[in-house]
Amino acid sequence: MKKIKIEKKILSENEKISIQNSFTLAQRNILCLNMISSPGSGKTTILARTINDIKDKVRVGVIEGDIQTDIDAQRIKETGAPVIQINTEGACHLSAEQISKGLQNLPIDNLDLLIIENVGNLVCPTAFELGESGKVVVLSVAEGDDKPAKYPSIFAKAKAMIINKIDLLEHVDFDLEKAKKDATVLNKDLKIFPLSARTGQGMEQWNNWIIEQIKKYQTQE
Amino acid sequence: MHETMIAESIFTQISEEAIKQDAKPVSAKISCGKLNALNEDVLGFAFTAISKDTICEGMKILVEHKPLQAVCKDCDIKYDVDFLNIKCPNCQSENMELLPDSPLILEEIEFEKE
Repeated sequence: MKKIKIEKKILSENEKISIQNSFTLAQRNILCLNMISSPGSGKTTILARTINDIKDKVRVGVIEGDIQTDIDAQRIKETGAPVIQINTEGACHLSAEQISKGLQNLPIDNLDLLIIENVGNLVCPTAFELGESGKVVVLSVAEGDDKPAKYPSIFAKAKAMIINKIDLLEHVDFDLEKAKKDATVLNKDLKIFPLSARTGQGMEQWNNWIIEQIKKYQTQE
Repeated sequence: MHETMIAESIFTQISEEAIKQDAKPVSAKISCGKLNALNEDVLGFAFTAISKDTICEGMKILVEHKPLQAVCKDCDIKYDVDFLNIKCPNCQSENMELLPDSPLILEEIEFEKE
């Protein structure tokens, strides 16, 4: 038997392309957020509402990732924002290469913000960097307050966390403080936004945070 | 499920090395940090499926899980973090900073001797 040391990153190919993506975005001063959540947490509803709320101040582009259909892209299109739908045909996450192709079909010379809505899945998308400036995890109160404890990786890596559907709080056994505490155990800098994309409650704080992040991003260097 | 894509990447890297070494690979060791959420059984299953009828068929894939580490900001020691208990084992402080999680690494491949 002979042993050969390799010591090479396994996802180096994805990482290489993700770095190219982040370079493409940085050159054009585009802040990129990668939204990750379980299916049905309300990512698209949040996104459509945010775009409508901030589109006078910020030029937003969207990449929609789904296993199949362009239902989400159609909903985003109604806001007037440029959107690309990527169908992964069964794959449980978006890869950097898909984003790279998506960027070629977006008007990236005229954007301030790119939001990538990843495939609904709280595990797999976490492992694949896409070239984003930060990850945003969305948790809805109907899913239960134990998700940060059960799926710690994404909560440890995210820059911000949205707790959606707070209009349902009185109907479900969701302990807001417990979810917040479990999510921040490994991530003290995590920004948390409890909101309801349906009623609009709490949307302002979230939208303001995005605008603040764009400003910060565009004035750095 | 992301294990499938990871298995494909490992398979490609091992196959390339097998051509270079002109030998049949028997096993490979990979290491990964805690935040990678990699399941060894799922990875093994995916690799078996992908490597069928290739030079990699029958290979064993061993996964070494590396702990997530933190530095205590009060007493300065480095320790392994448990998701459910982040306290410093030395001074019980919760004032810590996480160190970067280890990436997925293909550490070594073992080949049959020619």
